[in-house]
Amino acid sequence: MKAPSTIFYALLGLGSLAGLALGLASAGTHGLLFALFTILVVGGSLMCVFEPSVVRSAFCLVGTFGGTAGLFLLLGADFLAMSQLLIYVGGILALLLFGVMLTPPDLSERRLPRVLGGLAAVGVIVAFFVGKVAGVARWVQTPQLKAPVSRTEEIGVGFLAANEYMIAFELAAVVLTVALVAAVYIARRRKEDLTENEDRPSEPFAAQVSQVSQAHAESH
Amino acid sequence: MQSGSNVFLEGLRQFAPEAVPGWALMLTAAGIGVAIVMGLVSVNAIFSVWLERKVSGHIQCRYGPMYVGWHGWLQSIADGVKLLLKEDMIPAGADRAMFMLAPALVLASILGAMAAFPLMPDVFFADLDLGLFAILAFSSLTTIGVVMAGWASNSKWTIFGAMREAAQVVAYEIPLGVALLVPVMVAGTFNLREASALQSGMWGMDWFVMPWNNPFVLPAAVLFLVAALAETKRAPFDLPEAESELVAGFMTEYSGIRWSFFFMEEYAAMFLMSAVGAVFFFGGFESPLTALAARLVEDPRLIVPAAEGGMRLNLGSLPYQLAAGTTLLLKTFAGIFLMMWLRWTLPRIRIDQVMTMGYKYLTPLALLCVLGAGIWEAIRHSWLR
Repeated sequence: MKAPSTIFYALLGLGSLAGLALGLASAGTHGLLFALFTILVVGGSLMCVFEPSVVRSAFCLVGTFGGTAGLFLLLGADFLAMSQLLIYVGGILALLLFGVMLTPPDLSERRLPRVLGGLAAVGVIVAFFVGKVAGVARWVQTPQLKAPVSRTEEIGVGFLAANEYMIAFELAAVVLTVALVAAVYIARRRKEDLTENEDRPSEPFAAQVSQVSQAHAESH
Repeated sequence: MQSGSNVFLEGLRQFAPEAVPGWALMLTAAGIGVAIVMGLVSVNAIFSVWLERKVSGHIQCRYGPMYVGWHGWLQSIADGVKLLLKEDMIPAGADRAMFMLAPALVLASILGAMAAFPLMPDVFFADLDLGLFAILAFSSLTTIGVVMAGWASNSKWTIFGAMREAAQVVAYEIPLGVALLVPVMVAGTFNLREASALQSGMWGMDWFVMPWNNPFVLPAAVLFLVAALAETKRAPFDLPEAESELVAGFMTEYSGIRWSFFFMEEYAAMFLMSAVGAVFFFGGFESPLTALAARLVEDPRLIVPAAEGGMRLNLGSLPYQLAAGTTLLLKTFAGIFLMMWLRWTLPRIRIDQVMTMGYKYLTPLALLCVLGAGIWEAIRHSWLR
């Protein structure tokens, strides 16, 4: 189990280095940053798929989401980039981790050797792809291609002042609120549930955690 | 992305030979910025740890550290050297890679957030149009690092600490952001420098928190303080690292320099939250001192268009820039002192009380503040003008 993951990470690292060098050589700072964020996105996604541990997989998404935010930044979409960070990494990923940690890991499910065949090929493809994209892409540094500076005011005005989006925006907000209230109503414990469960106490949280950490220790 | 010119980049442009390519200049300027931010974070941690020990000491009728240097001012540096030289321990059952990555991720996210913080009106690292939003976005990443540390340590204390952190931060991010929307509505900008400049009237006392600007900013400031305490894991919300229950919470298994990374993050987050509060509620760079300095100097801008085209540094503006920077720093440390004072005064509250407070009280109250402030601003803009 140790060897294939070493090969995988070595290939990923080599591909990343090649991509960074080609990016810098072809388009200066812009190319370097593009290569960096692409490596984060592609590498994060690959690691997410090939990692044997579910929790590690979830953590790999930090790279994917963060890299996507970086790509948005390069395109001049600051607001989108920061929203990506705040919502996906700070909110959704935190909740996802919360959920994954409460699930007992089934480590037999995702053994690395099972995907061994694909690993080496994918590593080479990544190296090639990153290098190719960074090397071939034309970075025309002219004012036409310079990213427009997106002012916060413009985004707000674009969202709310134009009447066509106003209704969609408000409708989405109302639907989300209804969904939230409904979720709380469904998940809420009723009085009769509480009396029903008294003779059959659920497993305490500490016991669940100790199970999880035992399984975690056995995997090493 | 950048709306002002960066003093580091302009300075390099002025002194570098022609042959140096543009990307090298940009990377060097970025490197200088990173170095300054890292220096700021570490010096802030060293000073704040000393300050915390002195404040806690005096609140409990003792002196705190007294032996190393005058009133123990070298104590934190001695502690830092000790932490650097300590053995780097990784538990046998830990997930090695994630265990090592977690402190780095925590520190990196707070460094990213620090980039949006202006040191002086014209000395900044990244003058983001979305400054406040960027700070909130980057500091929300620290949660992931803390959860990673808790999981990778493979211990019950750390898992509990990490779970509490995730639940608490997700709960308090909402009132924090919503409470900050109130001064943002008054200012009309997310940019820290622009928001600060808007408060320069009345000899630098026209702060957003003053009731004549908008009466809803003051309650929003109180809500912000509570939410910021929870967001930075400070007592009475220090449940993720509750010493008396969880040993040291999510960082129980850490030692040496990795452990000190978590401390640097905590104090940097306190610094950042106080700075954001100072800028968006309490005038930022503006105070009577700054107003006086602005009247004394010829041109308050540090970078001015040169006569022969391009930009040049205007060193005559330094008194104003320094006065403004000192003002913001003093306000920030006043906020940090308040957080320390609260830590040594209030007992820790239970996790269910933390959740109740965040979801049932702070969030609706913050939304009410936004509603009131919105109505007030609408009236002010449409009827009173």
